[in-house]
Amino acid sequence: MAKILAVDDSASMRQMVSFTLKGAGHDVVEASDGVDALEKAKSNQVDLVLTDVNMPNMDGVTLIKELRALPSYKFTPMLTLTTESGMDKKMEGKQAGATGWIVKPFSPDQLLATIKKVLG
Amino acid sequence: MSIDMSQFYQTFFDESFEGLESMESGLLGLDVGAADEETVNTIFRAAHSIKGGSATFGFTAVAEFTHVMETLLDEMRAGDRMVTEHAVDLLLTSVDVLREMLTAVQNEDDIDSERVTSVQKDLEMLLNGEESVTAETVSSVESVSEEASDHSSGWIVEFRPFDYLLKTGNDPVRLFRELSLLGEYSATVNTENLPLFEDFDPELSYLSWTIELLGDVAIDSINEIFEWVDDDCELKVTAMNAQAEVSVEEVESAVESTVSEVEEKAEDKAVVESNVQELKPEKTAEVKAAPSPAPAPEKRGAKKAATDQGSIRVGIDKVDALINMVGELVITQSMLSQLGENITPEKIEKMQDGLAQLERNTRELQESVMRIRMLPISFAFQRFPRMVRDLSQKLGKEIDLRLLGEQTELDKTVMEKIGDPLVHLVRNSIDHGIEMPDDREAAGKPRMGIVELNAFHQGGNIVIEIDDDGKGIDKEVIRNKAIEKGVIAETDVLSDEQIYDLIFAPGFSTAKEVSDVSGRGVGMDVVKRNIRELGGTIEIKSEKGKGSKITIRLPLTLAILDGQLIRVGGDTYIVPLVSIIESLQVRDEQVNGIAGQAELYKLRDDYVPIVRLHDVFTLKPDSEKLTDGLIVIVEGEGSQVGLFVDDLLGQQQVVIKSLETNFRPVEGVSGATILGDGTVALILDVVGLIKLSKQERIKAA
Repeated sequence: MAKILAVDDSASMRQMVSFTLKGAGHDVVEASDGVDALEKAKSNQVDLVLTDVNMPNMDGVTLIKELRALPSYKFTPMLTLTTESGMDKKMEGKQAGATGWIVKPFSPDQLLATIKKVLG
Repeated sequence: MSIDMSQFYQTFFDESFEGLESMESGLLGLDVGAADEETVNTIFRAAHSIKGGSATFGFTAVAEFTHVMETLLDEMRAGDRMVTEHAVDLLLTSVDVLREMLTAVQNEDDIDSERVTSVQKDLEMLLNGEESVTAETVSSVESVSEEASDHSSGWIVEFRPFDYLLKTGNDPVRLFRELSLLGEYSATVNTENLPLFEDFDPELSYLSWTIELLGDVAIDSINEIFEWVDDDCELKVTAMNAQAEVSVEEVESAVESTVSEVEEKAEDKAVVESNVQELKPEKTAEVKAAPSPAPAPEKRGAKKAATDQGSIRVGIDKVDALINMVGELVITQSMLSQLGENITPEKIEKMQDGLAQLERNTRELQESVMRIRMLPISFAFQRFPRMVRDLSQKLGKEIDLRLLGEQTELDKTVMEKIGDPLVHLVRNSIDHGIEMPDDREAAGKPRMGIVELNAFHQGGNIVIEIDDDGKGIDKEVIRNKAIEKGVIAETDVLSDEQIYDLIFAPGFSTAKEVSDVSGRGVGMDVVKRNIRELGGTIEIKSEKGKGSKITIRLPLTLAILDGQLIRVGGDTYIVPLVSIIESLQVRDEQVNGIAGQAELYKLRDDYVPIVRLHDVFTLKPDSEKLTDGLIVIVEGEGSQVGLFVDDLLGQQQVVIKSLETNFRPVEGVSGATILGDGTVALILDVVGLIKLSKQERIKAA
């Protein structure tokens, strides 16, 4: 099972994501913004990053850019959780190095199905 | 896997209400015309989170409404829209509507869909009046995607990833596995780009593939698999039967031509662009539905009981401090138990040190735990900017609200109970205190009146001051009114304090007529009673023409109480210090009535009923003669009684333990505590005792 970093400034989303992932047997590290996440990712190598885009302190796009620049996160799958159904936010994430995205709102089942795609 | 989403509702509601507060205070702080970017961003983010959460948890009406707000805020954020007075007003109203919606959902009530629809319409009108164009665009998009989702008996997928693909975290192997789930799958790998070994970079991807996929597969399902890597590869999907040949590029070009048609119709280019993003042939892309006029009432939501239970959000630093403290406690404990194993005389001094350390640890731990319940008073203050803004608009007054000491902390329960009295007092200051701008100018004051709320700690109390520079309280008016109402006699001589205190007398109101603002059926007597119930005090100081200052003093917490220990027979009781007026020795000639029944003590001009505590609790006192013991005069809800006790012991802070949770409610007792020697002492409920004594007297009569 994988170790997953779940980043969202909304506590309820974090709870939902974390509960869902733990239910599927994954280890979850939670972070409430990009700065928090970056710190936790450095001290705790994870197999997958799921991050909200719009967050205070450091947004998800910057987080991905920062993580991708680290040798230990060069190939790690990173997905953005975005309410924007528009292409620009997704592309912004992609250009920063994101693997893909999940569009909010998603159900726990959709979340699990999507991460299955990247975790192999 | 089915997950009960309702377990996350409470957190969602908590954070949403918090978000609404920050939206409101952000909006109130926005400068029209030159809005601060970070403030707009914060407001946007709050709306964005509420939208995301409500959509995730299935509160569709909330999500739809917030979406419109979010769109407006997004335009402001991007600088595409001016921050106008009208927009701010409308957004503030929207915050109210959203709060009402969330409250309704939380309580499983019906949403007032009429109000929601009307405000949503106003928002949309502000955004643009071109709803019909949006709708048309959406429908043409749908028809295109339908064409694109043609099936074929088989597809040829040519996939040539760019060399950096692996560095996006994508892996071709995973894509192929997904593909293989769709139908019968065979792949040919193309190695022509593979470099010589010495040029080989293991981090790059050199291969390309041609995949044949047989079966009844929709092109959308294939595109969905490649959607994340669309820009990181060359991808060509060709149908095996030539006539249904649709490649991604072709879908896109078809879509684009639709767009250009739409573009001609649409006046607002922004609308079109946002739709273009949704035109891409992706299954996950939601097509924005036209806003439904009347969202169906939502019945889902957290149980009401869960709301009342209440949760508290605590800063990490406080929890860390607590853990740290417990750590020290554990060290002290292990030190003491080591010393205790084998006590020799020379160890006694060390033991005493250890005990002193234990005492310090315990005290610090107690303080830290108390701090967990503490919240900054800004939680109670934050509603005032909005309220003052609305009130001053309504009354035509100009008011500068100043909030000081917002970080001063107090107990969450105290905070919840002080909110309404504070609102009442601030309303009063604005309604009765601050004059109309013209009157102020005539009186030589600035047109803008000042209302200042200040909070600070003093001793074990929190002090909240409400200060205004209005017209002050006219002592003559109050005096005359009190005489008219029969509260005082015409001949009474009263000090200033006593006159101001009349304002808190039940049924006393100086407003000439009950106004929409102050007259809410709650009088100053209720305010005073609420504050007394919290163990606090309130006083007024005023100077005619200069303004008034109301000072409220409250205990920092309800978990600890300043108590007077008293003794009846062999038992110790605790009387809350704040309700004690005085304690005195009884002189026989001042007692009227029959011993044991309806005794009254003549205290100056008043007759105070005597309550013999040994009768109430059926105890054996040292003596039943009043002159042998003491009378403690206590006050509660405006009445006084004298408690007959054997002796007064010391005063000390006691930790309140609930009798209701640990035993059952007992009349005349509000709680219990454990004294230093381990015995349990009951804390007297003064108001309850006064009620009891009234009932006794009625029975006796």
